[in-house]
Amino acid sequence: MSAAIAPAPTDKRQRTLVTPEGIAIPVTIASRGSRIGALVLDFLILIFGLIAIFIFLAFVAEGLFDEIDSAVDGAMSGAAEFLFILVILLIFMARYGYFLTMELGPRGATLGKRIVGIRVAARGGGRLTPEAIIARNLLRDIELFMPLIFLLIAPSGESGSFGLAGMVWFMVFMAFPFFNKDAMRAGDVIAGTWVVDAPRTRLAEALSTQGAAVQGTSEMTGARYEFGEEELSIYGEHELQTLERMLRDAQPEALSAVHATICRKIGWDPGAGDERAFLEAFYAQLRARLEGDMRFGKRKADKFS
Amino acid sequence: MKAPTIGSWFTRGEIAAPADIEGAALRSDRFRLEREGDWRRLEQIVIRMEKGGLRRVDDEDLLALPTLYRTAASSLSVARETSLDAATLGYLESLVQRAWFQVYGPRKGFFAWFSEFLLGGWSRAVREIWLDICIALFVCVAGAVVGWLLVAQNSDWYYRLIPIGLAGDRGPGASRETLLASLGTEESTSGLSTFAASLFSNNAGVCILAFALGFAFGIPSLMLLVHNMAMLGAILWLFSEAGLIVEFSAWLSVHGTTELFGILLSGAAGLHIGRSMAFPGERSVLEAASTSGRRSAVVMVGVVIMMVVAAILEAFPRQLVEGAQNRFIIGGTFGVFWLTYFFLYSPRGGMVEDLDDAERLA
Repeated sequence: MSAAIAPAPTDKRQRTLVTPEGIAIPVTIASRGSRIGALVLDFLILIFGLIAIFIFLAFVAEGLFDEIDSAVDGAMSGAAEFLFILVILLIFMARYGYFLTMELGPRGATLGKRIVGIRVAARGGGRLTPEAIIARNLLRDIELFMPLIFLLIAPSGESGSFGLAGMVWFMVFMAFPFFNKDAMRAGDVIAGTWVVDAPRTRLAEALSTQGAAVQGTSEMTGARYEFGEEELSIYGEHELQTLERMLRDAQPEALSAVHATICRKIGWDPGAGDERAFLEAFYAQLRARLEGDMRFGKRKADKFS
Repeated sequence: MKAPTIGSWFTRGEIAAPADIEGAALRSDRFRLEREGDWRRLEQIVIRMEKGGLRRVDDEDLLALPTLYRTAASSLSVARETSLDAATLGYLESLVQRAWFQVYGPRKGFFAWFSEFLLGGWSRAVREIWLDICIALFVCVAGAVVGWLLVAQNSDWYYRLIPIGLAGDRGPGASRETLLASLGTEESTSGLSTFAASLFSNNAGVCILAFALGFAFGIPSLMLLVHNMAMLGAILWLFSEAGLIVEFSAWLSVHGTTELFGILLSGAAGLHIGRSMAFPGERSVLEAASTSGRRSAVVMVGVVIMMVVAAILEAFPRQLVEGAQNRFIIGGTFGVFWLTYFFLYSPRGGMVEDLDDAERLA
């Protein structure tokens, strides 16, 4: 879980879902980079998982593998045959089953997606159905595995112009997410899904219950910070939330820099040693003022407005 | 920030009372502190649901879930208008989103879905794409006829249509005995299950490809069907030249009724998507694509099952059962079974996802 500060979302990727009871929920379309990252992670997990299973099998049944290698026309024992079938089915399951079962779960995401912090959702706020998950994963074949195969085949020139044509054709699918604003791949189009950010933020402490924010009095020096109308009217919401982030991060150098800037701006003489108390008091009083205005429908987005 | 104690990692659902509400200097923080307990409780429930579904949540929490979800959602809309605390807003947005995914998440587990699928969902989906099945069937028959005619005119075509590896010693000019031998049976079952497994893996892959290619307006799906059926037509010609058409049909029908039907369905499913994207009617293209995509996905799960059946039939009965009549009986039985299951079996109710469920819960 990350820090409690909401990430500054890119406006281009912001969407709003309206739930059946009429509540607007903001969602952020997952960036293409994070989706590629999730995919790479999933492939690594699959490949290393398969390798681990094969090493385990080889360790348990070493002789049987030799038998499969040397077997001519199915002349192998029952155990070896069973093992061979197991391997075939395992690979089939890895290819089709992994993504399917993971995305059918309550988290709606494969392991790679979970690590990156994204998930699959139904487009436009409906229910995510098993059919949709199946549809989007069946198309993974032509979007990923086929282009990869053609990429390996085409440059060798073995299949001639057919291979090249195939490569171009499949590259279109691979590049599909880059040509629509919702970053949907072909499977998403078919299934009616999209991939969104799934932030897992923790509730941070309330800032106005601690320190100098309460009364404006510093616990350390006993100094009382009180700001007037003019001093508080300089900044807007954007600056307030930047200050909030800094107070939560609590890095001394950053705090003293901000302290100096604010003092210069409002024409105070910057002291030293009591920066945090000053900033807490300033934050609380600025927020009280801006929120008070908000209740009357007056909003000030930033210092320029 | 308060350091978490080790005990708090193991106890669940114990929600600490918020710090003194009156002590907060800001009205928006008081608002937050008053409701914080409910939010945290909702978060606990959501986390448990994300980990293991509904089973981990006790009845009391489950009953509270809809109320808590609505409380959090209305808190969010109030907070958006009254609070400038970015951390709280961010938390609430993520909480409401997560809770929404759980409240409106899949209502059924995979097994519940699968049993509904077998008991009606599958056959309904197949019936819904009847027009595409008809088109695909027409294309298949046309492909087979074309394959036959091409090879009948010039037997060189045989080598173009059939890959060398598959043809083996079955080529134009092969003796009747060679061809008959290739239809023969195996002495024992050894090796056949391996054969079945690799057949399944291969055929299911081809079917999924035929389906997935439907995305490009269905044309590649049809081309794939034509190509495969032309191969069949060419082989049919080969055996009929040797006067073995009945024997070959029997040999093929054992698994063919299932496998060819499966290939037909996957081509039709691909075509269904392509057709609805080319002619979306009054809906938007995206909407049309997703409706038909979901329907076709149901058909495709069925096709994978049919491929399992076909592979088992191909590996065991076909290689072990002798005699055209017995083979026809097996193949015919399966053909009749599929037709009955798809077109006559239509129980009521079933797979339609009714949103009422969710509305009642929330």
